[in-house]
Amino acid sequence: MSEPVPPAVELRGVNKTFTVKRGSVDALQDVDLRIERGEFVSLIGPSGCGKSTLLRIIADLLAPTSGDVWVNGKPARRARLDQDYGIAFQQAGLLDWRTVQANVELPLELHGVGRAQRRARAQELLELVGLADFGTHRPPQLSGGMQQRVAIARALAESPALLLMDEPFGALDEMTRERMQNELVRIAGETGAAVVFVTHSIPEAVFLSQRVVVMSPRPGRISEVVEVPLGARTDDTREAPAFYAAITQVREALRGRPVPEAVQVGAAVDAALRDKASGAL
Amino acid sequence: MTVTQTPPAAAAEVPSASRRRAPSAPGITQLVLRQLTRAGLVAIGVVLVGCAWEAYKHWGPKDGVTILGARVLPRTTDAAMPHLSTIWHAFGKPEVGGTITLGPSKTVADSVVDACLHTLRWAAAGFAIGVAVGFLLALLMDRLTVFERALMPYVVLSQTVPLIALAPLVTKWGQGSKLGSLEWQQWMSVSVIAAYLAFFPVAVGMTRGLKSPTAVHADYFRCSAAGWWKTLIRLKLPASVPYLVPALRLAAAAAVVGTIVAEISTGLGDGIGRLIITYSQQATGDPSRVYDAVIGAAVLGLAAGAAVTVFDLALWRYHRGASSR
Repeated sequence: MSEPVPPAVELRGVNKTFTVKRGSVDALQDVDLRIERGEFVSLIGPSGCGKSTLLRIIADLLAPTSGDVWVNGKPARRARLDQDYGIAFQQAGLLDWRTVQANVELPLELHGVGRAQRRARAQELLELVGLADFGTHRPPQLSGGMQQRVAIARALAESPALLLMDEPFGALDEMTRERMQNELVRIAGETGAAVVFVTHSIPEAVFLSQRVVVMSPRPGRISEVVEVPLGARTDDTREAPAFYAAITQVREALRGRPVPEAVQVGAAVDAALRDKASGAL
Repeated sequence: MTVTQTPPAAAAEVPSASRRRAPSAPGITQLVLRQLTRAGLVAIGVVLVGCAWEAYKHWGPKDGVTILGARVLPRTTDAAMPHLSTIWHAFGKPEVGGTITLGPSKTVADSVVDACLHTLRWAAAGFAIGVAVGFLLALLMDRLTVFERALMPYVVLSQTVPLIALAPLVTKWGQGSKLGSLEWQQWMSVSVIAAYLAFFPVAVGMTRGLKSPTAVHADYFRCSAAGWWKTLIRLKLPASVPYLVPALRLAAAAAVVGTIVAEISTGLGDGIGRLIITYSQQATGDPSRVYDAVIGAAVLGLAAGAAVTVFDLALWRYHRGASSR
């Protein structure tokens, strides 16, 4: 009898309070979320709803004020030190003095993987993201979309069971963005990794995910989880009535609950929260 | 020495612009060409200054230009402004007396080269100490913000102490002390004073350079469970190269100037600083020698700058710094 496989992410009663000049701001309140292995989940919500904060808590870049965070059945800190997840941000964050190949090799190099093995793995990953011919280029020679693909390849270098993505396509134009979404669906399928994907694009969230976690601000909390039963994604999915139905559902969930007057703290605190949230990007 | 390498601070804020500029990211050939162009411009500059010198000497008023009793342009007599050819010929004249006499065959050029080599050695020692100290201070200030807040004002303050005041102090402290089994030498005081000037640009430049990686880079390295050392080696040091190179260029120039001034104020012989003084004391006899020594000092400064440029070219890969989006 093997033990039950732990979920990719498990959050129980997570709260996060930022201390600002005048008092404190509740960035997250009572967040419970369970993401299974291989599942694709998007976090969506208006600015300041804490979706990036939530992702950073899963990544152990931030510590929750209270609550439990488990990644791959381990505490978040342990999971980070064990490299149980790969991460990609809105900015590709590549090192310009390294070639594309060396950028993909970076995480392997940091963790003492041998040269030959590194090279082979990087080649494999560059092929996966369709950049096999660009290994010797340097990041500034690539377009934004290509740089983002390198960043994704880098995130996948150690075959993580979990991929964390913080608006990775946010800075790309619409065409590139759709192409990258198709790629990501394929890559997630091929690697079997669970993905937590932060975005503020409703179609993007719906197209990519099996579940869309809708969040609302002040205090940041999960207001609804929308299941997206669309089956295998292809370009036709974008035209399907079910796709539009799911988009409508997410949009309504986003609008759904008007922010209660009582929780609306002063405008200064509000601005501070936004600053904090955008600074956290 | 001018600082041509501006850190790519603005690049991160203007992604589209930097992307458009990106395909022309300089390769090694372009960088070598750029440096050669610069050397060519320096040569043209030297020629222009020479022309201006001769032109003023020829057409300028003999007694110079005086405004409200203050002379704003020099006299054009042979004593004040010898012809360039005279200055050049003076290099070949035999040395007469002075402090540096080894034999009757020694020429002024020999003396100048000799003195420059001495000064260069002391300046190099001062440069090395200064760079090491500046580097360590920068690491310390980067590691703990408290240090930066506590140390930086003193780092800046250190440069307001006049060198002339410092020189006798350092000499006095050094006298009689020992480095292990090594007796303190007078030239060590000179090198320490040079280091005192050289450490400053390195400390300031490196501190900025080590802080130059963006938040995304820092986050990525943290997510990759890279510790302080690995982050330093793989991220912070490569990212600080565009800040380090101009700092080193300033430090090299400062080390040379510091050495020359320190030579004079500590009374250390054999160096170019001392030679300038010696020649100016003999100036009534042969004014052009003073200029020979000054030219020697200027060439020394240029050589120090050129040495940094070689280092700069060796690190061409890191020129763009951590400006990736």
